[in-house]
Amino acid sequence: MADKVLMKGNEAIAEAAIIAGCRHYFGYPITPQTEVAAYMAKKMPKIGGTFLQAESEIAAISMVYGVSSAGYRVMTSSSSPGISLKQEGISYLAGSDLPALIVNVQRGGPGLGGIQPSQSDYFQATKGGGHGDYHLIVLAPASVQEMAELTIKGFDLADKYRMPTMLLADGTMGQMMEPVSLDEYSDIKTFDKPWATNGTKMNREHNITNSLSLVPEELEQLNIARYERYKIVEENETMYEEYYMDDAEICIAAFGIAARVSLHAVEKARKEGIKVGMIRPITLWPFPSAPFKKAAPHLKHIMSVELSMGQMIEDVKLACECCCPVTLCNRVGGMIPDPLQVLERIKEVNKEVNG
Amino acid sequence: MRDYKRLTIICGHYGSGKTNIAVNMALELCKIRENVAVADLDIVNPYFRTKDSEEDFKANGIKLICSQFANTNLDLPSLPADLYSITDDKETSVILDIGGDDRGAFALGRLSPEIIKENNYDMYYVINKYRPLTPDAESAYEIMLEIEAACGIKFTGILNNSNLGSQTSAEDVLNSLEFADRLSEISSLPVKATCIEKRLEDELKDKIPNLFSMKLQNKIIDG
Repeated sequence: MADKVLMKGNEAIAEAAIIAGCRHYFGYPITPQTEVAAYMAKKMPKIGGTFLQAESEIAAISMVYGVSSAGYRVMTSSSSPGISLKQEGISYLAGSDLPALIVNVQRGGPGLGGIQPSQSDYFQATKGGGHGDYHLIVLAPASVQEMAELTIKGFDLADKYRMPTMLLADGTMGQMMEPVSLDEYSDIKTFDKPWATNGTKMNREHNITNSLSLVPEELEQLNIARYERYKIVEENETMYEEYYMDDAEICIAAFGIAARVSLHAVEKARKEGIKVGMIRPITLWPFPSAPFKKAAPHLKHIMSVELSMGQMIEDVKLACECCCPVTLCNRVGGMIPDPLQVLERIKEVNKEVNG
Repeated sequence: MRDYKRLTIICGHYGSGKTNIAVNMALELCKIRENVAVADLDIVNPYFRTKDSEEDFKANGIKLICSQFANTNLDLPSLPADLYSITDDKETSVILDIGGDDRGAFALGRLSPEIIKENNYDMYYVINKYRPLTPDAESAYEIMLEIEAACGIKFTGILNNSNLGSQTSAEDVLNSLEFADRLSEISSLPVKATCIEKRLEDELKDKIPNLFSMKLQNKIIDG
């Protein structure tokens, strides 16, 4: 078995980014993700990389734009209020078809909110937090090991589709410590970037990365082409996990920390003979609609467990096409639902649907 | 651990398990001393703090010296208002929980002249072989020197707290002994204790001298 190390989620993101070949990190400290920056500050100088604490989040995302244009793997990280500040730059990255990994270790909002965990940036991440028609690929880890895996995967997807990709974690995932094995990720993919602005060497025309397009006919075509690419991402890159769904009558929909809590509730309910399962989206965009659509006609109830006032539930409802009632089980403001609280709700629902 | 000085200072690498050790030491010390306090000088991490154990402390008559902002989620690197009672009140034995790395140890600096003058302290360096930035004794030694430089006090011993969280096996602990001994050799400091979770005690008590058994203070999310 590979050697294990005990890591915080935030540290796992940083180390995995380095493994993935990221040598450029720009950020600005904010709880609960500051360990990403602290780890990069310690490690990058030792491996010939760049760590730069920018003067603001907006500066950091603009530096990401620059390095990405030059064809290098690059990352920034922040937490909710900081991610809001980065939205202009994220829209520019999307509009220039530039790959980058943006990490959001979410905390409670809106506004400055608090420093405790939350999932209330789901809309912002999946529906386009900045202006214009665009999507990010959004990845939602549920363990420290998966933080590392999805960080590496995020760089690959970003490069493959020339899209900014977001790792959407939360304060608990960032702060919790778990054993992680990083040895298995030695095979790192590289992608040709003929579009990179890395010098013509007098051999080709200038490459330009730009999101400004003043001719409406051309801008329309750019948008249409981008959405053709998004369709390919939807077809090929959707990820989710199913638990106990074979004979399930009740289905939990949950991602990240909420899925982690819910799985314990599901296992406890199963021991009491309740037929409950869970679908855990790993990509939030593209959203895994197919497993919900397939299961919904056979289900009596779907319960979306979220650390928000109900955001993913909208995608769950769309996926189910009204085949099945969908309700919300949530905590907000930095509170995390207890497995027993979720279990109680499962029991209530079970009573309702089975009498 | 029975030979406590008046001040026991717990320092180490970020995430090495200092707060857990400080809390468990205080709970042990209050059985053999009258006036016991825990001083939380962690200016680095607002998420996990000694204040999480406040009820345990109250039940055992342990005084908590900590910033008025600890666990309020106000993300301020502030120090306790009654900071100087640590060095002024000579009747109280204090366990000092210091923030991680040299940045955390910096907060201890303002007390160091008094601590050195009184000369009734131990300062322990907490190590965990399984943390990514201290995989070998040499890298742990480097961080140790940074901490000493930041706070102006020399360590007097090492606490081997090598663990993989709740998944730690007895073998993981045994596999860390060489690492701790090697650090002991290059730093000329004794390994004062090997810290383990209580559930591993039976398996390890005949194999490792100076075990320090602990109850974990982690916040539980996994039901």
